Amino acid sequence: MSAETATSPTKAAAGQELARPDASTLVVRFGGAFALGLALPGLEELRGALEAEPRPARLVFDATDLTRWDSRFLVHCRKIMDLARAAGVSVETAGLPAGALRLLELAAKVPERKGAARTATREAWLARLGGRSQAAWQAFTEVLDFLGEVTLAVCNLARGRAVMRRSDFLALLHSSGAQALPIVSLISALVGLILAFVGAVQLVAFGAQIYVSSLVGIAMIRVMGAIMTGIIMAGRTGAAFAAELGTMQVNEEIDALRTLGVSPMEFLVLPRLLALVVMMPLLCIYADLMGVLGGFVVGVFMLDLNPAQYLAATWDSVALANFWIGLVHSAVFGVLVALAGCYRGMHCGRSASAVGQATTSAVVTSIISIIIATAIITVICNILGI
Amino acid sequence: MQSPTAPQPHITVTGLTMAYGSFVLMRDLTFSINRGDIFIIMGGSGCGKSTLLKILVGLKEPAAGTVLYNDVSLWEVPPGERDLILRRTGILYQSGALWSSMTLAENVALPLEQYTGLGPRDIRELVSLKLALVGLAGFEDFYPSEISGGMRKRAGLARAMALDPEILFFDEPSAGLDPVSAHLLDELILELRESLQATVVIVTHELASIFAIGTNSVFLDVDKRTMTATGNPNDLLRETKDPSLRHFLTRGEE
Repeated sequence: MSAETATSPTKAAAGQELARPDASTLVVRFGGAFALGLALPGLEELRGALEAEPRPARLVFDATDLTRWDSRFLVHCRKIMDLARAAGVSVETAGLPAGALRLLELAAKVPERKGAARTATREAWLARLGGRSQAAWQAFTEVLDFLGEVTLAVCNLARGRAVMRRSDFLALLHSSGAQALPIVSLISALVGLILAFVGAVQLVAFGAQIYVSSLVGIAMIRVMGAIMTGIIMAGRTGAAFAAELGTMQVNEEIDALRTLGVSPMEFLVLPRLLALVVMMPLLCIYADLMGVLGGFVVGVFMLDLNPAQYLAATWDSVALANFWIGLVHSAVFGVLVALAGCYRGMHCGRSASAVGQATTSAVVTSIISIIIATAIITVICNILGI
Repeated sequence: MQSPTAPQPHITVTGLTMAYGSFVLMRDLTFSINRGDIFIIMGGSGCGKSTLLKILVGLKEPAAGTVLYNDVSLWEVPPGERDLILRRTGILYQSGALWSSMTLAENVALPLEQYTGLGPRDIRELVSLKLALVGLAGFEDFYPSEISGGMRKRAGLARAMALDPEILFFDEPSAGLDPVSAHLLDELILELRESLQATVVIVTHELASIFAIGTNSVFLDVDKRTMTATGNPNDLLRETKDPSLRHFLTRGEE
């Protein structure tokens, strides 16, 4: 509710009265309290008085009855002064309280920076389309830049010239490996369990429940173990990389590394990349085992299969190639998750919300690239016949 | 309103002990900040100046002692009442602490939106006034990352003043500013104190500011772990016999 309609201008407790002691003078007399939370008098009457014939030549303030005032009084005075100036009436501010007068002068001291104020412009759809395509192209070249820099960093590492701290690397190995074990155990055991249940419903109908073991074994070891660890690590570690590097970007820590002549690619991205490439296959093997264990529980306790028979059937049906394919998957996922997390973190904006965006897009990018990579590897394996 | 002969205490601190766990930072702090004072909390690095400020503004609970705002004990009233007391204060943090995802106008507007029933247009006008007061007219739609450190500090001051506080707290206002900007900020603080009739509490170790604007002060001694002096810093410099305070006030030259 705007203050201007809330009170009648002349008689309100926080009020102003207009008077014309002589033809050339318009007096604005304030009374009562002008403060936050109180309704202020309107300006309609004043606007009328400024334009009434005969036109006043000057506007004078009288604040002798003013009991209390704060910033809202200043805003009100500024509006009155703007109105008077627009009507060509000169303003004499001497009647205002001394403090208010000084604050008004202070506010007017530094003129508004020309061109600083921004106006929202609406672009034509073609311009928007062009802007979007340019932004997309730029993002694409940035990704290529990033990949190139990472490749150079890896080359430097191979030549033994990369600057990176051993303790960082070990801490990353710990946080992206050992600390992920509980959640990887839980998820992959449950996935093995679910696969076994879903398969059992069909296979029991044919009396072929022993094939639950090969179903779970092949699915987990060939692809599901790797995908599940990939997705867990994308949400767990990829997001952490993006948030950590993003915050470093906000705090200018990455700039500090650059000015020191230390490549952030080598110092920050490389250890993270290596840690995930080493840890993902190991976690994948562990996830395979846990998945088979989940299937084993269903086979033995629900389908009443012989434990030894179940394990033997798993051993017979899963070719070693499946195991290697699973490992390749997980190594590729390790690279993808680390790159997505680090890329989003390094290209983070300089605000708190930018860190949130970087984290979100790191997870989304990782999961999308995991699924796409799985599809590509599956097609390749199909062509090669393995 | 206030008469110079009979100062009214605005904040009274009695027997205050600050501690982190079992580590006691300062003990037995007793002083009062009078209405209209420019009160300086001074001392060497690590003596607990900023911790004292945190206790005064309700961010950290003291280990012992009381903080009275007028006659109300800040740490003994229920949290709701404490919020009401603290709403009459404004704080300028060391690096501005502006919310980085909001424009300057939105930063200054947030307290107004929360605690006054004003409409968007009235708020916009008040925000423009506050930004004009700190010399940032026209920068309403800038983000904190797009302006300089000194401007960020002034924008932080505009936000601290949003609700017309009775007490303004400053944490190292001149840190990171060039001497001219620091001087201008001091002038601005003086001007605002005069015009708004506010009480100002400043944590600083900038001697230039201490002597130029301080009307009252407390000195925290790192080694003795307590306050060793209180009063007008200029008088302290003239009268003190305490070697560590002399050392501090003369930049270690005496």
